[in-house]
Amino acid sequence: MNDSGRPLSPHLSVYRWPVTMTVSILHRATGAALSIGFAVLAIWLMSLATGEAQYSMVSEFLQSTIGCLLLIGWSYAFFFHLANGVRHLFWDAGRGFEKSQANASAWFVIVLSLALTVALWMLA
Amino acid sequence: MNLRSPLSHVLGSGSAKEGTDHWWMQRVTAVALLILGSWFLYGLISLGSMDFEYAAVTDWASRPFHSVMLTLLVLTLGFHSSLGIQVIIEDYVHGPMIKVAALMLSKFTHVFVALTAVLAVFRLAFGAGA
Repeated sequence: MNDSGRPLSPHLSVYRWPVTMTVSILHRATGAALSIGFAVLAIWLMSLATGEAQYSMVSEFLQSTIGCLLLIGWSYAFFFHLANGVRHLFWDAGRGFEKSQANASAWFVIVLSLALTVALWMLA
Repeated sequence: MNLRSPLSHVLGSGSAKEGTDHWWMQRVTAVALLILGSWFLYGLISLGSMDFEYAAVTDWASRPFHSVMLTLLVLTLGFHSSLGIQVIIEDYVHGPMIKVAALMLSKFTHVFVALTAVLAVFRLAFGAGA
């Protein structure tokens, strides 16, 4: 294809993966995960409104090993989506667009969301 | 000869016919969720110290102010989630029929889940439960 001898633009496989890309993908992934968490919140509230038997069924599942892992995941998704959402709001206000700023805020979001998740479960 | 102003030409004339509405509502609900989500997390932490016991959680959820906040939370969450999932579908689902079907399914599901949650909160608020 490239018989003109002109340089090709870098392909995905030789592209240095920037941290901003990871954070962008994670923002969408955590958002999708939180949508499922929304349904679980509705189930939890409905079980609470239905009666003690139904509520203990749902709590028992949420307190099982799988349930706890899911809750840890959702708490991380919550903190990440919240922190990176604020980052997006700063962009919407026209701030933080410099490459160095975008990289720094991406790392900040990663560290902050992990720290908040650890802090929450240490507390719990 | 066209007597319409340049502004009236572009107003509402994009292919979506609604301008920046989707983008803006995503931001408005995001800011609302900053407050509502933080409040809910705080509530969960305080309930966690009571081991999420049935009596404690129902008592917490049925307080008037908490009912208002919970209703706002699930409605705003449903709206924000619906907008987000819509964009994901539009980005990855390309067949015209399957795309419309997926968008509809997402909307129906979001309304169903949000209504379920609202009804649960109301039941707790009005004491119609067990």
